[in-house]
Formats: sequence, structure tokens, C-alpha cells
Amino acid sequence: MSQHDASPLVEIRGLRFARGNRLIFDGIDLDIPRGKITAIMGPSGTGKTTLLKLIGGQLRPLEGTIRVDGEEVPRLSRVQLYELRKRMGFLFQSGALLTDLDVYENVAFPLREHTNLPEPMLRDLVLMKLQAVGLRGARHLMPSELSGGMARRVALARAIALDPMMMMYDEPFTGQDPISMGVLVKLIRTLNDALGLSSIVVSHDVGETVAISDYIYLLSGGKVVGQGTPDELGRSDSAWAQQFLRGLPDGPVPFHYSADDYAEDLLLGTEAGRG
Amino acid sequence: MMHSRSVEIWVGLFVAAGLAALFMLAMQVSNLSMLNDDAGYDVTARFENIGGLKVRSPVTMAGVRVGRVSHIGFDPQSFEAVVTLHISSAYDGLPGDTSANIFTAGLLGEQYVGLEPGGEEEVLRQGSEIMLTQSALVLEQLIGQFLFSKGAEGEAK
Amino acid sequence: MLNALQQLGRTALGFFERLGRGHILFYYLLLGIPSVLVRPRLLLQQLFSVGVLSLLIILVSGFFVGMVLGLQGYNTLVDFGAEESLGTVVALTLVRELGPVVTALLFAGRAGSALTAEIGLMKATEQLSGMEMMAVDPIKRVMAPRFLAGFISMPLLAAIFSAVGVIGGYFVGVGLLGVDEGAYWSQMQAKVDLHDDIYNGVIKSLVFGVVVTWIAIFEGNDAVPTSEGVSRATTRTVVHSSLAVLGLDFILTALMFGDN
Repeated sequence: MSQHDASPLVEIRGLRFARGNRLIFDGIDLDIPRGKITAIMGPSGTGKTTLLKLIGGQLRPLEGTIRVDGEEVPRLSRVQLYELRKRMGFLFQSGALLTDLDVYENVAFPLREHTNLPEPMLRDLVLMKLQAVGLRGARHLMPSELSGGMARRVALARAIALDPMMMMYDEPFTGQDPISMGVLVKLIRTLNDALGLSSIVVSHDVGETVAISDYIYLLSGGKVVGQGTPDELGRSDSAWAQQFLRGLPDGPVPFHYSADDYAEDLLLGTEAGRG
Repeated sequence: MMHSRSVEIWVGLFVAAGLAALFMLAMQVSNLSMLNDDAGYDVTARFENIGGLKVRSPVTMAGVRVGRVSHIGFDPQSFEAVVTLHISSAYDGLPGDTSANIFTAGLLGEQYVGLEPGGEEEVLRQGSEIMLTQSALVLEQLIGQFLFSKGAEGEAK
Repeated sequence: MLNALQQLGRTALGFFERLGRGHILFYYLLLGIPSVLVRPRLLLQQLFSVGVLSLLIILVSGFFVGMVLGLQGYNTLVDFGAEESLGTVVALTLVRELGPVVTALLFAGRAGSALTAEIGLMKATEQLSGMEMMAVDPIKRVMAPRFLAGFISMPLLAAIFSAVGVIGGYFVGVGLLGVDEGAYWSQMQAKVDLHDDIYNGVIKSLVFGVVVTWIAIFEGNDAVPTSEGVSRATTRTVVHSSLAVLGLDFILTALMFGDN
């Protein structure tokens, strides 16, 4: 299928997924359009990363369909799944660089595994990818010598090494200082536009995510509780969306974890002491 | 990848050392150097009783190992054990009337076939049979005979 | 009472589930071997870290074990006037038992624990997951080369151990205690059989190589991806593979040496 296809790149319908007895997704419908940056936001523990793993085929849903570029991910055979993954880039929160290889070899890794390019061409490609993330000069460093932000940029260079059709970013901004955060924001935007990617950004960092995304889905309690462009969401009258986007401590998401009545709980202790 | 040359050299050394050790075990430690004689020839010998003789037990002549027992069978007609001896080709001049005895190495040691040369011009070759044989001495029988003869002496007195 | 039964049932189910996962992994490891043979460079790297790096401990322990055998064997045999059999005693003990078994135990401690820790950490740092998302099968890329390297290294290490041990026995018996040099070698050669003793010793160490490497890789892959989980998995590797080696040694010995 071509880039100009109007159909969404990723189409999720009626997705249900449980971990043990805990239902994580309870009927989710999502569309990820082509060529855009789509953000999936929600509080910690709503299974945003799980959603990415479901799209990447590392987990299987209980129910529902997940289509990526027309292919139904949970039904794919191992070989077909691996073929599909060659067209997906995935940026792990930790970077997941191979610690026994240096920066250059890390970026070269997918190319060496999946292609038989001659060494000079491979070198050019690796240097191009490293140049794109601004780390061409760091090619001889080992992953342990990199700062967190640099490691994530190297991982980004590695993820785009095979020129994927889509990129998935798992919490790209978490734990970054403001400068590397700015660098990453800029990189995600420019890579998406320059390479014609479709990007999915999973995050709970409201400011940065709102700044770069074209469309936002808000997840909570296993459901989609809000969606729209950043402007639409900002103007929405959903109390939940307002609480999340503004970071209010109390609201539809209560400050207190659900518990028995406070006064009664305290009284119980007093009675027990007397008894 | 950085030290790939030295990695290769080390692995080469390791594999070479391992193979050398296996080779040393085979040649220097085991009896391979004496057994490696498929070029030898087989002769058979019949015994009334082979005692504890086993396949691969040594075959010696004048105390020198010349071969091994390669097969032990049983002849249902004569009720004898048929032992096939594999003799190294280096010892191909054994006289045709060589005799075979089953001996025990030491009091409790393992049993082996001892060959004693005869004087014939004819030599043993593939498929020959050794006609003169002496069965294994079974310790229990010896003790039994000894006690029996002692008893007989006592009665005679 | 019911709780205790339930606990027992849960433990048993957990055990069988792990056993099952272990066998599935074993199956995939075997399937992964052809792809390792196509890329011998991966194997080379692992032969280095599994085999070469275990060499020193094997050499040193082999020599000392051989020397101890020489000394102990001599003291026992000399009472029977049979000290010429020292070579036989040393060589048979090493080739049949101590070579394969002690090598496997040392291997479990040296290479097995390192394998578990390495794979467990790769899992904890999402490197395995990352490979999967890059459409690279971690079983083929990471585990199968290590598995094959363990399988190849073990018999070589065991042979080196036995050979060095025989030399250690020679050093003590002939060099220090005055056993006749000719008797040391000739008695050894007369009694040690290529088929019965050396082949069977090699078969033992091949089996141990498979089992120890398999356990190590499984524990790494199955580790809870935290630092505590990895350290537990490493301990389990050493304990389980040592027990497996000793148990299997008995079974193999009974099978191979039982009937003659």
C-alpha cells in the first residue's frame, strides 16, 4: 500500500487485553493516520506501553482486531510478523542498546542482520543515520559511556536504520533534562516530516507531547476517554481531559486511592485499641 | 568485533589444545595404539570354559600384547565357547600349532588369552583355528577339587 | 489443610510449567543451530567467552586434581605393592569420572553463571525485547550461538582436564614418588580402553555440555527482569546444573559401565 492511501496505518477495533485477572484494555478503538504524529496519553499504569507491544505483536489481545498497514497483527505467523517488524521502528524507554557493541555497531546491527550491504555502503548509511540524530562524532563510544538522552538518540538512529514506515516512541521524554527533551521533540518532528513516517508517541509529559502531536488519544481505565487535535482537546469540556492536560491534583481521577471512609477507618483503630 | 583477530587466535588455540588433549588421551593413555589394527587377522579357538573372558580382553604371547578377543560365541552342537581372537598384522608369523590358554592376571585380576608358540612351519592366518586350548581355571572348581582330594586322603587313612 | 494442598498443587503446576517452557526453549535452540552455522563469527565469539575464558580454571584444577590422585592413589596402592598401577588408577578416574564431572561443575560455575547473568541482564535492559522489535530472533541471534559453543567446548575442556590431570599424576607419581615411568604409561595403556573409557567419557561431557548450557540459557531467559531476579537466576543455574550433572552422571555411568 502506498503512503497516499487514505486508510489509517494502524486500525484498532474492540481491543480487550488482560494481564492476569486485571483487565487493562476494555474495548478500545483507535486509528493512527499515515504521515502524522499521534500521541497516546494517559496516567501511569494505563497500559500505554502495553498498547505499543500489542501493535508490535509482542503481546496478543484477548479480543479485538489490530491492523497494521492492512495486516492483522495477532493472526500473523512468526515469519510474517518479523517481516512486518522490519517496517516498524520502536524506541524503547531505556533505549535497549546492545551493551556489548559500540554506537556504530548498534546502528549497524539491523542492517547487518537484515541486509547484505557491502561494508562501504553500510558505513555511509550508518553515518547518515547518526548524522540525523547529531551523534556522528560519538560513533566509537560504548553505550555505557552515553548519557540517557544520547542513548535514546542512538536508539532512534538504530530504529530508523531500515527506513521504517512507522515509529513508535515509548515515553521518549521521561527522565530527560530540558535540553535533551528539546532535542528529542525536534528530532521526532523532523524525522516524521523528512522521512514521511507515521509516528505514535506514548507519553504522559503533557507539554512536549501536545507541542508535537497532530492528534491525541487520552486513555484511562482501559478506555479511550478523549480524542482530538491538541486544540480540540484543550477546548473540550471533559472534566477528565482538563484534569489531565492541566495536571490538577484532584478531579475525576481522585487524589485518594479508593478506600473505606476515612473517619470510620480511624475509629476502627480506636475501637480495636479499647477492645 | 574490535579484537576479532586475537579472539580468532585464542579460539584456535583452545580448539587445538582440546583436540590435542583428546589425541593424547587416545594415543598415550588408552590402548588405541595397540588396538588400531584392523589390518590384522582373526583366528578362532574353542574352549570348554572361558571363565570371565570378555570381548576386548587382551591376547598376549610371551607377555606381550599381540591382539584382543573380538567375539565370543557358543557352539550349540559341541557345547563349547568359540572365541575369535584378533591378532595384529605385525604378528603374522605365529606357528599353526600355537596353543591358547586362558589365564588370570594375578590372583583376582582380569582374564586374558595367552598364546604359546608351537613348532610347525605352517602359520596361522585369517580363519585358522587354534586346536590346542586350555580352559580357564575357575577358582571355585580348584578349591572344590582341593577340598575333595583332602577329604579323600582323610578317608583313606 | 486445604490451603496446604492448594499450595502443593500450585508449586507442582509451577514446576511443570517451567519444565515445559524449558523444553520449548530447548526445541527452539535446536532449531536455531543451522542459522548459527551460517554465521560462524557469532559462534567464534561465544567459543571465546565460553571456552577460552574457562581454560585457565580447567588447566589449574585439572593439574591439581591429577596430583592429588597421584598422591592418594600411590599411598593406597603401595600397601598392596601395586604402585605400578598408579597410571591406571589416575587415568581411569579422570577419563571416566572426574574429567567430565568436575569440568561440568567448574563450567557451570564459570561459564554457566556468566551466561545466565548476561542473558538475564539483556532481558532486564530490554535488549532481547529490542531485538525482537528489530525483527531479530534473540533465540537465534543470542542464545543458539551460546548453546552450540557450550556443546562444543565441554568435551574439549574435559579432555584438556583429563590430559592435564594425567600429567599431574605423572608429575607426582613418577617425578616425586619414584614410580617407574614405563610402568606408569604402559599399565595405563593396558587398562584404559579407547571405546569403553574415552568414548564414554566424551559422550558424558557432551551430555553435560548440553544440559549445563541449556539450564544456564533457560534461567537467564526466564529470569525476573530485575537485579534481584537475575542474581537468583544465576544461583539457580549453578545449583540446578550441578545437581543435574551429578544425577545424570550416575544414570550415564549405570548405562555405559553397568553391563560389563
